[in-house]
Amino acid sequence: MNPARWLQRHLQTALGTLGTLSRQPVATGLTVLVIGMALALPAALHVLVQNARLAAGSFEDVRDFSAYLAQGTALVQAEALARELEARDEVGAVTLISAEDALEELRADPGIATLILALERNPLPHTLVIRPAEGLDNAAIQALADSLGPPVEMVRLDMDWLGRLAALFDVLRRAVLLAMLLLVSAVVIIIGNTIRLEIQNRRQDIEVMKLLGATDGFVRRPFLYLGLWYGLLGGLVALIVLLTGLAALGGPLDRLAALYGSGLRLTGLDGRTALGLLLCSLAAGTGGALLAVSRHLAAIQPRV
Amino acid sequence: MIRLERVSKRFPGGGEGLREVSLRAEAGELVFLTGHSGAGKSTLLKLIGLLERPTRGQVLVDGRNVGRLPDRQIPAYRRQVGMVFQDHKLLADRSVHDNVALPLVIAGVGAREIGRRVRAALDQVGLLARERHLPVTLSAGEQQRVGIARAIVNRPKVLIADEPTGNLDPELSLEIMLLFRRLNAVGVTMLIATHDLALIGSLGARQVALSGGRVITDSRGAP
Ligand SMILES: Nc1ncnc2c1ncn2[C@@H]1O[C@H](COP(=O)(O)OP(=O)(O)OP(=O)(O)O)[C@@H](O)[C@H]1O
Ligand SMILES: [Mg+2]
Repeated sequence: MNPARWLQRHLQTALGTLGTLSRQPVATGLTVLVIGMALALPAALHVLVQNARLAAGSFEDVRDFSAYLAQGTALVQAEALARELEARDEVGAVTLISAEDALEELRADPGIATLILALERNPLPHTLVIRPAEGLDNAAIQALADSLGPPVEMVRLDMDWLGRLAALFDVLRRAVLLAMLLLVSAVVIIIGNTIRLEIQNRRQDIEVMKLLGATDGFVRRPFLYLGLWYGLLGGLVALIVLLTGLAALGGPLDRLAALYGSGLRLTGLDGRTALGLLLCSLAAGTGGALLAVSRHLAAIQPRV
Repeated sequence: MIRLERVSKRFPGGGEGLREVSLRAEAGELVFLTGHSGAGKSTLLKLIGLLERPTRGQVLVDGRNVGRLPDRQIPAYRRQVGMVFQDHKLLADRSVHDNVALPLVIAGVGAREIGRRVRAALDQVGLLARERHLPVTLSAGEQQRVGIARAIVNRPKVLIADEPTGNLDPELSLEIMLLFRRLNAVGVTMLIATHDLALIGSLGARQVALSGGRVITDSRGAP
Protein backbone atom coordinates (compact mmCIF):
# COMPACT_ATOMS: atom_id res chain seq x y z
CA MET A 1 0.00 0.00 0.00
CA ASN A 2 1.44 3.41 -0.91
CA PRO A 3 2.00 6.09 1.76
CA ALA A 4 -0.76 8.38 0.51
CA ARG A 5 -3.27 5.53 0.69
CA TRP A 6 -1.99 4.62 4.15
CA LEU A 7 -2.39 8.19 5.35
CA GLN A 8 -5.85 8.35 3.85
CA ARG A 9 -6.90 5.21 5.73
CA HIS A 10 -5.66 6.57 9.01
CA LEU A 11 -7.33 9.91 8.43
CA GLN A 12 -10.55 8.12 7.56
CA THR A 13 -10.39 6.04 10.73
CA ALA A 14 -9.52 9.09 12.84
CA LEU A 15 -12.45 11.09 11.47
CA GLY A 16 -14.72 8.06 11.56
CA THR A 17 -14.11 7.45 15.26
CA LEU A 18 -14.58 11.16 15.95
CA GLY A 19 -17.94 10.78 14.22
CA THR A 20 -18.77 7.78 16.40
CA LEU A 21 -17.99 9.85 19.49
CA SER A 22 -20.08 12.80 18.35
CA ARG A 23 -23.07 10.53 17.76
CA GLN A 24 -23.19 9.77 21.49
CA PRO A 25 -22.48 13.21 22.93
CA VAL A 26 -23.65 12.53 26.50
CA ALA A 27 -21.55 9.41 27.07
CA THR A 28 -18.56 10.97 25.33
CA GLY A 29 -18.94 14.23 27.26
CA LEU A 30 -19.07 12.48 30.62
CA THR A 31 -16.04 10.33 29.91
CA VAL A 32 -14.07 13.30 28.63
CA LEU A 33 -15.04 15.40 31.67
CA VAL A 34 -13.92 12.71 34.09
CA ILE A 35 -10.61 12.37 32.26
CA GLY A 36 -10.16 16.15 32.13
CA MET A 37 -10.75 16.62 35.84
CA ALA A 38 -8.49 13.76 36.79
CA LEU A 39 -5.73 15.35 34.71
CA ALA A 40 -6.40 18.94 35.82
CA LEU A 41 -5.66 18.11 39.46
CA PRO A 42 -2.00 17.09 39.15
CA ALA A 43 -1.40 19.82 36.57
CA ALA A 44 -2.81 22.42 38.98
CA LEU A 45 -0.57 21.10 41.77
CA HIS A 46 2.39 21.34 39.45
CA VAL A 47 1.64 24.96 38.59
CA LEU A 48 1.15 25.81 42.28
CA VAL A 49 4.47 24.32 43.32
CA GLN A 50 6.17 26.06 40.43
CA ASN A 51 4.75 29.38 41.59
CA ALA A 52 5.60 28.75 45.22
CA ARG A 53 9.18 28.12 44.23
CA LEU A 54 9.35 31.33 42.28
CA ALA A 55 7.85 33.15 45.24
CA ALA A 56 10.42 31.68 47.61
CA GLY A 57 13.16 32.64 45.20
CA SER A 58 11.91 36.21 45.17
CA PHE A 59 12.60 36.54 48.92
CA GLU A 60 16.25 36.82 48.11
CA ASP A 61 17.33 38.17 51.46
CA VAL A 62 16.62 34.72 52.88
CA ARG A 63 19.97 33.72 51.46
CA ASP A 64 21.85 36.81 52.66
CA PHE A 65 24.18 36.30 55.55
CA SER A 66 26.19 38.60 57.84
CA ALA A 67 29.92 38.53 58.53
CA TYR A 68 31.01 40.43 61.65
CA LEU A 69 34.51 41.82 61.64
CA ALA A 70 36.80 41.80 64.64
CA GLN A 71 36.61 44.75 67.01
CA GLY A 72 39.18 47.38 66.12
CA THR A 73 39.26 46.62 62.41
CA ALA A 74 39.78 49.89 60.58
CA LEU A 75 36.98 51.14 58.33
CA VAL A 76 39.32 51.28 55.29
CA GLN A 77 40.25 47.66 55.91
CA ALA A 78 36.57 46.73 56.04
CA GLU A 79 35.93 48.61 52.79
CA ALA A 80 38.83 46.85 51.10
CA LEU A 81 37.53 43.47 52.24
CA ALA A 82 34.07 44.31 50.92
CA ARG A 83 35.51 45.13 47.50
CA GLU A 84 37.66 42.02 47.51
CA LEU A 85 34.68 39.82 48.33
CA GLU A 86 32.44 41.46 45.77
CA ALA A 87 34.97 40.50 43.09
CA ARG A 88 34.50 36.83 43.84
CA ASP A 89 32.28 34.76 41.54
CA GLU A 90 30.18 33.18 44.22
CA VAL A 91 29.32 36.60 45.69
CA GLY A 92 26.52 38.65 44.24
CA ALA A 93 26.73 41.81 46.33
CA VAL A 94 28.28 43.03 49.58
CA THR A 95 26.86 45.77 51.74
CA LEU A 96 29.07 47.26 54.44
CA ILE A 97 27.38 48.47 57.60
CA SER A 98 30.00 50.36 59.52
CA ALA A 99 30.04 50.26 63.30
CA GLU A 100 29.05 53.96 63.35
CA ASP A 101 26.10 53.44 61.03
CA ALA A 102 24.93 50.53 63.10
CA LEU A 103 25.14 52.63 66.23
CA GLU A 104 23.26 55.48 64.55
CA GLU A 105 20.51 53.10 63.71
CA LEU A 106 20.25 51.92 67.27
CA ARG A 107 20.18 55.48 68.52
CA ALA A 108 17.05 56.06 66.52
CA ASP A 109 15.32 53.60 68.81
CA PRO A 110 14.30 55.64 71.88
CA GLY A 111 14.30 52.59 74.14
CA ILE A 112 17.91 51.77 73.43
CA ALA A 113 19.14 55.32 72.93
CA THR A 114 19.54 56.03 76.70
CA LEU A 115 21.41 52.77 77.09
CA ILE A 116 23.83 53.72 74.36
CA LEU A 117 24.49 57.11 75.91
CA ALA A 118 25.98 55.29 78.85
CA LEU A 119 28.54 53.55 76.69
CA GLU A 120 32.03 54.94 76.51
CA ARG A 121 32.83 53.46 73.15
CA ASN A 122 31.03 51.77 70.28
CA PRO A 123 30.60 48.05 71.12
CA LEU A 124 29.39 47.19 67.60
CA PRO A 125 31.63 45.65 64.93
CA HIS A 126 31.67 46.51 61.24
CA THR A 127 29.32 44.14 59.44
CA LEU A 128 29.36 42.84 55.86
CA VAL A 129 25.99 41.68 54.55
CA ILE A 130 26.81 39.22 51.81
CA ARG A 131 24.35 38.19 49.14
CA PRO A 132 25.47 34.97 47.44
CA ALA A 133 25.55 34.90 43.66
CA GLU A 134 22.39 33.89 41.80
CA GLY A 135 21.91 30.12 41.65
CA LEU A 136 24.38 29.22 44.36
CA ASP A 137 23.13 26.16 46.21
CA ASN A 138 23.05 25.72 49.95
CA ALA A 139 26.28 23.74 50.17
CA ALA A 140 28.14 26.38 48.14
CA ILE A 141 26.76 29.15 50.37
CA GLN A 142 27.99 27.23 53.39
CA ALA A 143 31.41 26.82 51.77
CA LEU A 144 31.53 30.53 50.98
CA ALA A 145 30.76 31.38 54.59
CA ASP A 146 33.38 28.94 55.84
CA SER A 147 36.04 30.40 53.54
CA LEU A 148 35.95 33.77 55.26
CA GLY A 149 39.02 34.22 57.50
CA PRO A 150 40.18 37.15 59.64
CA PRO A 151 39.37 39.95 60.01
CA VAL A 152 35.97 38.21 59.84
CA GLU A 153 35.34 37.04 63.34
CA MET A 154 31.89 35.52 63.14
CA VAL A 155 29.44 34.52 60.44
CA ARG A 156 25.71 34.26 61.01
CA LEU A 157 24.20 32.02 58.43
CA ASP A 158 20.68 30.67 58.78
CA MET A 159 21.39 27.37 57.09
CA ASP A 160 18.55 25.57 58.85
CA TRP A 161 16.02 27.78 57.20
CA LEU A 162 17.49 27.30 53.76
CA GLY A 163 17.71 23.56 54.27
CA ARG A 164 14.15 23.36 55.42
CA LEU A 165 12.91 25.31 52.44
CA ALA A 166 14.77 23.06 50.02
CA ALA A 167 13.50 19.92 51.77
CA LEU A 168 9.96 21.25 51.69
CA PHE A 169 10.12 21.76 47.95
CA ASP A 170 11.59 18.31 47.52
CA VAL A 171 8.64 16.81 49.36
CA LEU A 172 6.18 18.91 47.40
CA ARG A 173 7.73 17.96 44.11
CA ARG A 174 7.53 14.30 44.97
CA ALA A 175 3.96 14.61 46.16
CA VAL A 176 3.00 16.20 42.87
CA LEU A 177 4.80 13.47 40.97
CA LEU A 178 2.98 10.83 42.96
CA ALA A 179 -0.38 12.49 42.43
CA MET A 180 0.40 12.71 38.74
CA LEU A 181 1.30 9.04 38.58
CA LEU A 182 -1.85 7.99 40.41
CA LEU A 183 -4.20 10.14 38.41
CA VAL A 184 -2.65 9.35 35.05
CA SER A 185 -3.01 5.66 35.95
CA ALA A 186 -6.62 6.37 36.78
CA VAL A 187 -7.08 7.92 33.35
CA VAL A 188 -5.45 4.90 31.69
CA ILE A 189 -7.87 2.65 33.55
CA ILE A 190 -10.91 4.81 32.74
CA ILE A 191 -10.07 4.87 29.04
CA GLY A 192 -9.11 1.20 29.01
CA ASN A 193 -12.45 0.29 30.52
CA THR A 194 -14.39 2.54 28.14
CA ILE A 195 -12.66 0.90 25.19
CA ARG A 196 -13.28 -2.55 26.66
CA LEU A 197 -17.02 -1.84 26.78
CA GLU A 198 -16.91 -0.51 23.24
CA ILE A 199 -15.17 -3.70 22.08
CA GLN A 200 -17.86 -5.76 23.77
CA ASN A 201 -20.61 -3.69 22.12
CA ARG A 202 -19.03 -4.18 18.73
CA ARG A 203 -18.25 -7.84 19.19
CA GLN A 204 -20.45 -8.98 16.32
CA ASP A 205 -19.05 -6.36 13.97
CA ILE A 206 -15.53 -7.43 14.87
CA GLU A 207 -16.40 -11.06 14.11
CA VAL A 208 -17.84 -10.14 10.75
CA MET A 209 -14.81 -8.07 9.86
CA LYS A 210 -12.51 -10.93 10.73
CA LEU A 211 -14.64 -13.23 8.56
CA LEU A 212 -14.20 -10.81 5.70
CA GLY A 213 -10.45 -10.95 6.09
CA ALA A 214 -9.71 -7.96 8.29
CA THR A 215 -6.27 -8.07 9.86
CA ASP A 216 -5.83 -7.54 13.59
CA GLY A 217 -4.36 -4.14 12.75
CA PHE A 218 -7.47 -3.13 10.83
CA VAL A 219 -9.77 -4.19 13.63
CA ARG A 220 -7.57 -2.57 16.26
CA ARG A 221 -7.16 0.80 14.59
CA PRO A 222 -10.52 2.44 15.32
CA PHE A 223 -10.27 1.51 19.00
CA LEU A 224 -6.81 3.02 19.27
CA TYR A 225 -8.06 6.22 17.68
CA LEU A 226 -10.96 6.19 20.09
CA GLY A 227 -8.48 6.15 22.99
CA LEU A 228 -6.42 8.84 21.33
CA TRP A 229 -9.46 11.12 20.99
CA TYR A 230 -10.54 10.50 24.57
CA GLY A 231 -7.04 11.42 25.71
CA LEU A 232 -6.82 14.52 23.55
CA LEU A 233 -10.29 15.80 24.43
CA GLY A 234 -9.71 15.03 28.11
CA GLY A 235 -6.42 16.92 27.97
CA LEU A 236 -8.15 19.92 26.42
CA VAL A 237 -10.81 19.86 29.13
CA ALA A 238 -8.03 19.73 31.74
CA LEU A 239 -6.38 22.76 30.12
CA ILE A 240 -9.64 24.71 30.16
CA VAL A 241 -10.28 23.80 33.80
CA LEU A 242 -6.74 24.84 34.68
CA LEU A 243 -6.84 28.16 32.83
CA THR A 244 -10.21 29.00 34.35
CA GLY A 245 -8.90 28.20 37.81
CA LEU A 246 -5.78 30.30 37.32
CA ALA A 247 -7.78 33.22 36.00
CA ALA A 248 -10.01 33.02 39.07
CA LEU A 249 -6.95 32.95 41.36
CA GLY A 250 -5.06 35.70 39.51
CA GLY A 251 -6.89 38.74 40.97
CA PRO A 252 -6.77 37.77 44.67
CA LEU A 253 -3.15 36.71 44.33
CA ASP A 254 -2.16 40.07 42.88
CA ARG A 255 -3.77 41.75 45.88
CA LEU A 256 -1.95 39.41 48.24
CA ALA A 257 1.33 40.16 46.51
CA ALA A 258 0.68 43.91 46.75
CA LEU A 259 0.07 43.58 50.50
CA TYR A 260 3.44 41.94 50.94
CA GLY A 261 5.04 44.54 48.74
CA SER A 262 6.62 41.87 46.61
CA GLY A 263 6.65 41.61 42.85
CA LEU A 264 5.09 38.19 43.22
CA ARG A 265 2.89 37.24 40.27
CA LEU A 266 1.12 34.08 39.27
CA THR A 267 3.10 32.85 36.31
CA GLY A 268 0.15 30.88 35.03
CA LEU A 269 0.51 27.99 32.65
CA ASP A 270 3.68 28.01 30.61
CA GLY A 271 3.76 26.44 27.16
CA ARG A 272 5.85 23.53 28.34
CA THR A 273 3.42 22.52 31.05
CA ALA A 274 0.48 22.83 28.67
CA LEU A 275 2.22 20.73 26.03
CA GLY A 276 3.29 18.20 28.66
CA LEU A 277 -0.29 17.92 29.87
CA LEU A 278 -1.61 17.29 26.36
CA LEU A 279 1.10 14.76 25.55
CA CYS A 280 0.48 13.01 28.86
CA SER A 281 -3.24 12.74 28.19
CA LEU A 282 -2.64 11.56 24.64
CA ALA A 283 -0.27 8.88 25.88
CA ALA A 284 -2.68 7.84 28.63
CA GLY A 285 -5.52 7.60 26.11
CA THR A 286 -3.62 5.60 23.56
CA GLY A 287 -2.00 3.49 26.29
CA GLY A 288 -5.36 2.67 27.86
CA ALA A 289 -6.77 1.72 24.46
CA LEU A 290 -3.72 -0.39 23.66
CA LEU A 291 -4.13 -2.22 26.95
CA ALA A 292 -7.81 -2.93 26.36
CA VAL A 293 -7.28 -3.92 22.75
CA SER A 294 -4.43 -6.30 23.48
CA ARG A 295 -6.41 -7.98 26.24
CA HIS A 296 -9.84 -8.24 24.67
CA LEU A 297 -9.56 -8.20 20.90
CA ALA A 298 -7.57 -11.38 20.36
CA ALA A 299 -10.25 -13.36 22.23
CA ILE A 300 -12.83 -12.51 19.59
CA GLN A 301 -12.69 -15.10 16.85
CA PRO A 302 -15.43 -15.51 14.27
CA ARG A 303 -17.86 -18.32 14.87
CA VAL A 304 -20.35 -19.32 12.25
CA MET B 1 -9.93 -24.97 -7.85
CA ILE B 2 -10.97 -26.71 -4.65
CA ARG B 3 -9.50 -30.08 -3.73
CA LEU B 4 -9.90 -32.12 -0.57
CA GLU B 5 -7.59 -35.11 -0.13
CA ARG B 6 -8.69 -37.61 2.52
CA VAL B 7 -9.63 -34.83 4.89
CA SER B 8 -10.70 -35.66 8.44
CA LYS B 9 -11.82 -33.23 11.08
CA ARG B 10 -12.19 -34.23 14.70
CA PHE B 11 -13.27 -31.48 17.10
CA PRO B 12 -11.54 -31.03 20.46
CA GLY B 13 -14.72 -32.19 22.22
CA GLY B 14 -14.49 -35.49 20.31
CA GLY B 15 -17.11 -34.72 17.65
CA GLU B 16 -16.33 -36.12 14.21
CA GLY B 17 -16.93 -33.44 11.58
CA LEU B 18 -15.51 -35.17 8.53
CA ARG B 19 -13.98 -38.59 7.89
CA GLU B 20 -11.58 -39.10 5.00
CA VAL B 21 -13.43 -36.86 2.59
CA SER B 22 -12.01 -36.44 -0.89
CA LEU B 23 -13.65 -33.97 -3.24
CA ARG B 24 -12.76 -31.86 -6.26
CA ALA B 25 -14.48 -28.81 -7.63
CA GLU B 26 -13.16 -27.40 -10.90
CA ALA B 27 -12.84 -23.68 -11.56
CA GLY B 28 -16.26 -22.20 -12.27
CA GLU B 29 -18.15 -25.22 -10.96
CA LEU B 30 -21.30 -24.98 -8.84
CA VAL B 31 -21.54 -27.70 -6.19
CA PHE B 32 -24.38 -28.22 -3.73
CA LEU B 33 -23.56 -29.99 -0.48
CA THR B 34 -26.51 -31.87 0.94
CA GLY B 35 -27.14 -34.22 3.81
CA HIS B 36 -29.06 -34.42 7.05
CA SER B 37 -28.26 -32.36 10.07
CA GLY B 38 -24.83 -33.20 11.49
CA ALA B 39 -23.61 -34.68 8.22
CA GLY B 40 -20.59 -32.37 8.10
CA LYS B 41 -21.65 -29.73 5.53
CA SER B 42 -20.76 -26.76 7.70
CA THR B 43 -17.53 -28.40 8.77
CA LEU B 44 -16.45 -28.80 5.17
CA LEU B 45 -17.17 -25.15 4.38
CA LYS B 46 -15.40 -24.01 7.53
CA LEU B 47 -12.27 -25.81 6.41
CA ILE B 48 -12.39 -23.95 3.10
CA GLY B 49 -13.04 -20.61 4.81
CA LEU B 50 -10.25 -21.44 7.24
CA LEU B 51 -12.51 -21.07 10.24
CA GLU B 52 -11.27 -24.51 11.22
CA ARG B 53 -8.19 -26.49 10.29
CA PRO B 54 -8.26 -30.13 9.16
CA THR B 55 -7.05 -32.78 11.59
CA ARG B 56 -5.74 -34.94 8.72
CA GLY B 57 -5.50 -34.62 4.97
CA GLN B 58 -5.06 -31.65 2.68
CA VAL B 59 -7.39 -28.83 1.74
CA LEU B 60 -6.16 -27.17 -1.45
CA VAL B 61 -7.72 -23.97 -2.75
CA ASP B 62 -6.38 -22.55 -5.99
CA GLY B 63 -3.32 -24.76 -5.58
CA ARG B 64 -2.57 -23.64 -2.05
CA ASN B 65 -2.60 -25.94 0.96
CA VAL B 66 -4.76 -23.73 3.16
CA GLY B 67 -4.75 -26.12 6.09
CA ARG B 68 -1.08 -25.29 6.58
CA LEU B 69 -1.40 -21.55 6.12
CA PRO B 70 0.21 -19.63 9.03
CA ASP B 71 -2.22 -17.69 11.24
CA ARG B 72 -1.04 -14.30 10.08
CA GLN B 73 -1.86 -15.15 6.46
CA ILE B 74 -5.45 -16.07 7.27
CA PRO B 75 -6.86 -12.53 6.77
CA ALA B 76 -5.27 -12.20 3.33
CA TYR B 77 -6.61 -15.64 2.39
CA ARG B 78 -10.14 -14.88 3.57
CA ARG B 79 -10.21 -11.77 1.39
CA GLN B 80 -9.98 -14.11 -1.61
CA VAL B 81 -12.93 -16.23 -0.55
CA GLY B 82 -16.48 -14.92 -0.67
CA MET B 83 -18.67 -16.11 2.20
CA VAL B 84 -22.44 -16.04 2.53
CA PHE B 85 -24.09 -16.93 5.82
CA GLN B 86 -27.51 -18.16 6.79
CA ASP B 87 -28.06 -15.09 8.96
CA HIS B 88 -26.26 -12.88 6.37
CA LYS B 89 -24.21 -11.12 9.10
CA LEU B 90 -24.75 -7.58 7.91
CA LEU B 91 -23.69 -4.69 10.15
CA ALA B 92 -26.93 -3.20 11.40
CA ASP B 93 -25.70 0.38 11.79
CA ARG B 94 -24.28 0.72 8.29
CA SER B 95 -26.08 1.34 5.05
CA VAL B 96 -26.40 -1.31 2.35
CA HIS B 97 -23.67 0.49 0.41
CA ASP B 98 -21.27 0.52 3.38
CA ASN B 99 -21.94 -3.14 4.14
CA VAL B 100 -21.11 -4.18 0.61
CA ALA B 101 -18.08 -1.87 0.62
CA LEU B 102 -16.62 -3.46 3.76
CA PRO B 103 -14.45 -6.15 2.07
CA LEU B 104 -13.00 -3.47 -0.23
CA VAL B 105 -12.32 -1.11 2.67
CA ILE B 106 -10.61 -3.97 4.48
CA ALA B 107 -8.55 -4.71 1.38
CA GLY B 108 -7.49 -1.07 1.15
CA VAL B 109 -9.14 -0.30 -2.19
CA GLY B 110 -9.37 3.39 -3.12
CA ALA B 111 -12.58 5.34 -2.53
CA ARG B 112 -13.58 5.88 -6.16
CA GLU B 113 -12.95 2.25 -7.09
CA ILE B 114 -15.04 1.20 -4.07
CA GLY B 115 -18.01 3.24 -5.22
CA ARG B 116 -17.81 1.76 -8.70
CA ARG B 117 -17.49 -1.86 -7.58
CA VAL B 118 -20.17 -1.60 -4.89
CA ARG B 119 -22.68 -0.28 -7.40
CA ALA B 120 -21.74 -3.03 -9.85
CA ALA B 121 -22.26 -5.71 -7.18
CA LEU B 122 -25.56 -4.22 -6.01
CA ASP B 123 -26.68 -4.02 -9.60
CA GLN B 124 -25.99 -7.73 -10.03
CA VAL B 125 -28.25 -8.64 -7.11
CA GLY B 126 -30.86 -6.08 -8.20
CA LEU B 127 -30.61 -3.77 -5.20
CA LEU B 128 -28.96 -0.69 -6.64
CA ALA B 129 -31.94 1.43 -5.64
CA ARG B 130 -31.59 0.50 -1.96
CA GLU B 131 -27.96 1.60 -1.64
CA ARG B 132 -28.66 4.19 1.08
CA HIS B 133 -31.01 2.05 3.18
CA LEU B 134 -30.20 0.35 6.45
CA PRO B 135 -30.36 -3.48 6.39
CA VAL B 136 -33.32 -3.62 8.82
CA THR B 137 -35.50 -1.76 6.34
CA LEU B 138 -35.02 -4.59 3.83
CA SER B 139 -36.90 -7.87 3.57
CA ALA B 140 -35.18 -11.12 4.52
CA GLY B 141 -34.60 -12.03 0.89
CA GLU B 142 -33.20 -8.59 0.12
CA GLN B 143 -30.89 -8.76 3.12
CA GLN B 144 -29.54 -12.05 1.88
CA ARG B 145 -28.97 -10.52 -1.53
CA VAL B 146 -26.96 -7.75 0.12
CA GLY B 147 -24.94 -10.50 1.81
CA ILE B 148 -24.31 -12.06 -1.60
CA ALA B 149 -23.32 -8.71 -3.10
CA ARG B 150 -20.81 -8.32 -0.27
CA ALA B 151 -19.43 -11.80 -0.97
CA ILE B 152 -18.83 -11.09 -4.67
CA VAL B 153 -17.75 -7.44 -4.53
CA ASN B 154 -14.07 -8.33 -4.19
CA ARG B 155 -14.36 -10.73 -7.18
CA PRO B 156 -13.34 -13.88 -5.34
CA LYS B 157 -12.46 -17.03 -7.24
CA VAL B 158 -14.26 -19.12 -4.63
CA LEU B 159 -17.57 -18.50 -2.94
CA ILE B 160 -18.95 -20.61 -0.08
CA ALA B 161 -22.47 -20.35 1.31
CA ASP B 162 -23.81 -22.23 4.35
CA GLU B 163 -27.57 -22.63 4.08
CA PRO B 164 -28.08 -19.25 2.46
CA THR B 165 -31.81 -19.90 2.10
CA GLY B 166 -32.31 -21.46 5.53
CA ASN B 167 -34.39 -18.53 6.75
CA LEU B 168 -36.33 -17.90 3.56
CA ASP B 169 -39.64 -19.15 2.18
CA PRO B 170 -39.57 -21.40 -0.95
CA GLU B 171 -40.22 -18.61 -3.42
CA LEU B 172 -37.41 -16.37 -2.10
CA SER B 173 -35.16 -19.39 -1.81
CA LEU B 174 -35.53 -20.16 -5.47
CA GLU B 175 -34.82 -16.54 -6.32
CA ILE B 176 -31.58 -16.68 -4.29
CA MET B 177 -30.50 -19.97 -5.84
CA LEU B 178 -31.11 -18.63 -9.33
CA LEU B 179 -29.01 -15.61 -8.41
CA PHE B 180 -26.19 -17.94 -7.38
CA ARG B 181 -26.44 -19.78 -10.65
CA ARG B 182 -26.32 -16.54 -12.61
CA LEU B 183 -23.22 -15.41 -10.71
CA ASN B 184 -21.67 -18.82 -11.21
CA ALA B 185 -22.03 -18.30 -14.94
CA VAL B 186 -19.35 -15.59 -14.76
CA GLY B 187 -16.81 -18.10 -13.48
CA VAL B 188 -16.93 -18.14 -9.68
CA THR B 189 -16.42 -21.57 -8.13
CA MET B 190 -19.25 -22.12 -5.64
CA LEU B 191 -19.88 -24.51 -2.79
CA ILE B 192 -23.34 -24.18 -1.30
CA ALA B 193 -24.63 -26.23 1.63
CA THR B 194 -28.37 -26.76 1.80
CA HIS B 195 -31.07 -29.01 3.19
CA ASP B 196 -33.48 -28.19 0.47
CA LEU B 197 -33.24 -31.05 -2.03
CA ALA B 198 -36.50 -30.14 -3.76
CA LEU B 199 -35.24 -26.65 -4.43
CA ILE B 200 -31.93 -27.56 -6.02
CA GLY B 201 -33.30 -30.53 -7.91
CA SER B 202 -34.62 -28.21 -10.57
CA LEU B 203 -31.32 -26.35 -10.99
CA GLY B 204 -29.46 -29.18 -12.64
CA ALA B 205 -26.23 -28.55 -10.75
CA ARG B 206 -23.84 -31.06 -9.21
CA GLN B 207 -24.86 -32.44 -5.81
CA VAL B 208 -22.60 -34.00 -3.21
CA ALA B 209 -24.39 -35.76 -0.36
CA LEU B 210 -22.67 -36.16 3.01
CA SER B 211 -23.62 -38.45 5.86
CA GLY B 212 -21.80 -39.05 9.09
CA GLY B 213 -18.85 -37.02 7.83
CA ARG B 214 -18.44 -39.05 4.62
CA VAL B 215 -19.37 -38.43 0.99
CA ILE B 216 -22.10 -40.94 0.16
CA THR B 217 -23.18 -39.83 -3.30
CA ASP B 218 -21.84 -37.42 -5.89
CA SER B 219 -24.00 -36.69 -8.93
CA ARG B 220 -20.79 -36.12 -10.89
CA GLY B 221 -19.41 -39.58 -10.01
CA ALA B 222 -16.21 -40.38 -8.14
CA PRO B 223 -13.78 -37.48 -7.39
N1 LIG C 1 -17.27 -26.94 17.28
C1 LIG C 1 -17.62 -28.24 17.34
N2 LIG C 1 -17.22 -28.97 18.40
C2 LIG C 1 -17.55 -30.28 18.47
N3 LIG C 1 -18.25 -30.91 17.54
C3 LIG C 1 -18.67 -30.24 16.45
C4 LIG C 1 -18.38 -28.85 16.31
N4 LIG C 1 -18.90 -28.42 15.14
C5 LIG C 1 -19.50 -29.49 14.58
N5 LIG C 1 -19.37 -30.57 15.36
C6 LIG C 1 -19.86 -31.92 15.05
O1 LIG C 1 -19.48 -32.26 13.77
C7 LIG C 1 -20.53 -32.92 13.09
C8 LIG C 1 -20.83 -32.23 11.79
O2 LIG C 1 -21.34 -30.93 12.08
P1 LIG C 1 -21.73 -29.89 10.96
O3 LIG C 1 -22.03 -28.60 11.63
O4 LIG C 1 -20.68 -29.88 9.94
O5 LIG C 1 -23.05 -30.51 10.36
P2 LIG C 1 -24.02 -29.91 9.26
O6 LIG C 1 -24.06 -30.87 8.16
O7 LIG C 1 -23.63 -28.52 8.95
O8 LIG C 1 -25.40 -29.92 10.03
P3 LIG C 1 -26.60 -28.86 9.95
O9 LIG C 1 -27.37 -29.24 8.74
O10 LIG C 1 -27.39 -29.12 11.19
O11 LIG C 1 -26.02 -27.51 9.88
C9 LIG C 1 -21.70 -32.95 14.04
O12 LIG C 1 -21.76 -34.23 14.63
C10 LIG C 1 -21.38 -31.93 15.08
O13 LIG C 1 -21.86 -32.34 16.33
MG1 LIG D 1 -24.48 -26.61 9.21
